[in-house]
Amino acid sequence: MAIDPAGAWGLKGAALSISNYRKPFLGTQPEFLHTPYASSIKRAPQKPLVAIPQTLSEVTGPLFDRDAQHAAECNLTRSATGGEAQGQRIAVSGRVLDENGRPVPHTLVEVWQANAAGRYLHRYDQHDAPLDPNFTGDGYTMTDELGRYRFVTIRPGCYPWGNHYNAWRPAHIHFSLFGPAMATRLVTQMYFPGDPMLPFDPIFNCTTDEKARNRLISQFDWETTIPGSTIGHKFDFILRGADATPMEDAHHQD
Amino acid sequence: MSLQATTWQTVGPFFRIGLERLFDADIAGVGVEGERVAVAGRVLDGDGLPIRDAVLEIWQANAAGKYAHPADTQDKPLEAGFKGFGRIPTQDDGTFRFTTIKPGTVPGPNGTTQAPHLVVGLLMRGLLRGLVTRAYFPDERLNSSDPILGLIEPSRRATLIMTPSSEHANLLHWEIRMQGEAETVFLEF
Repeated sequence: MAIDPAGAWGLKGAALSISNYRKPFLGTQPEFLHTPYASSIKRAPQKPLVAIPQTLSEVTGPLFDRDAQHAAECNLTRSATGGEAQGQRIAVSGRVLDENGRPVPHTLVEVWQANAAGRYLHRYDQHDAPLDPNFTGDGYTMTDELGRYRFVTIRPGCYPWGNHYNAWRPAHIHFSLFGPAMATRLVTQMYFPGDPMLPFDPIFNCTTDEKARNRLISQFDWETTIPGSTIGHKFDFILRGADATPMEDAHHQD
Repeated sequence: MSLQATTWQTVGPFFRIGLERLFDADIAGVGVEGERVAVAGRVLDGDGLPIRDAVLEIWQANAAGKYAHPADTQDKPLEAGFKGFGRIPTQDDGTFRFTTIKPGTVPGPNGTTQAPHLVVGLLMRGLLRGLVTRAYFPDERLNSSDPILGLIEPSRRATLIMTPSSEHANLLHWEIRMQGEAETVFLEF
């Protein structure tokens, strides 16, 4: 039986209508093999990915509504014992939208990062920089009805890594988002404006489209800067959106 | 209005800090109907060496073939405690293990039926964006008519089908190979 290329299909008796999430614009997502990033060489798949239609398995995905009640305030700067993390306090906020500009409400946003000295609280991180007893570097929050999120943390430090001679990662914060479906999953890194390491970082530069790459850089923001306390940074996430082309009524395809 | 989806970046080697909260190798909790199975395997790189810093994200339907998601409008039962999601990191020797129930069949394109399968997301240092594959069950007669397996060249289909264990009933093996002759089939959609 031929696969319907539009991905919209009817099912006798259940009348399921599946709408497609859009494909990425050319060059706006990284290729798997990016040889300046050494770790990709033995791990990037070498055979082409197999294109499949989006089925119920791809347009559904885990929802984390249970987390909502615990996620009101996400503040990485305070330890469980009440101590204050070392470093420049920042607030990161913005919206999670789909490609059609619609807010993605009540979706989980997970974050992790190095401390102000550029050290992760992780056994693999052997960087000779101090750990901060008041900073674990992990947090999570949920977007609100309008797709907004906000958390408070400290600005992470740059750190050296073994990718090439004298390699330093630009300061960055890791993010993990799910959105409504397996098809909308996103794991990315947010950078800081004016970081001198950005032009030399093979991970930041793995995406060929310059504008897409530069959208990973947060913007300093007066409106969310708290006088005497916290510098504000704005960063929006865009998740894959449903294709704008209206689908045929599934009932009429039977 | 047309925006462009945010660019992926690698999860890096230190994802445990942020992702560990949702590590869960027991995908179907107590009270969930279905045939219990354990899945064990390894993730291997292009040299056949174990990958100790990968994380799998499993998504599946329940035994009736229904996803715990509002877009699944099928008239099928769904246990209140069933989530169908698990996140499992590999160990220092590249192994992973999780337990779940065998999912039921779910509809495919054009009135077809999909064989029972797990959707498997894969993240690791070195992967600049996430990969997605599927794990199918051995000795499942619907595999031969599965609309997704049918899109894969026959010589590579076996990479997506778990193998039964000789030691234990209900234990399935599955290796994920990033490269090489037996490279696992990865999917895009």
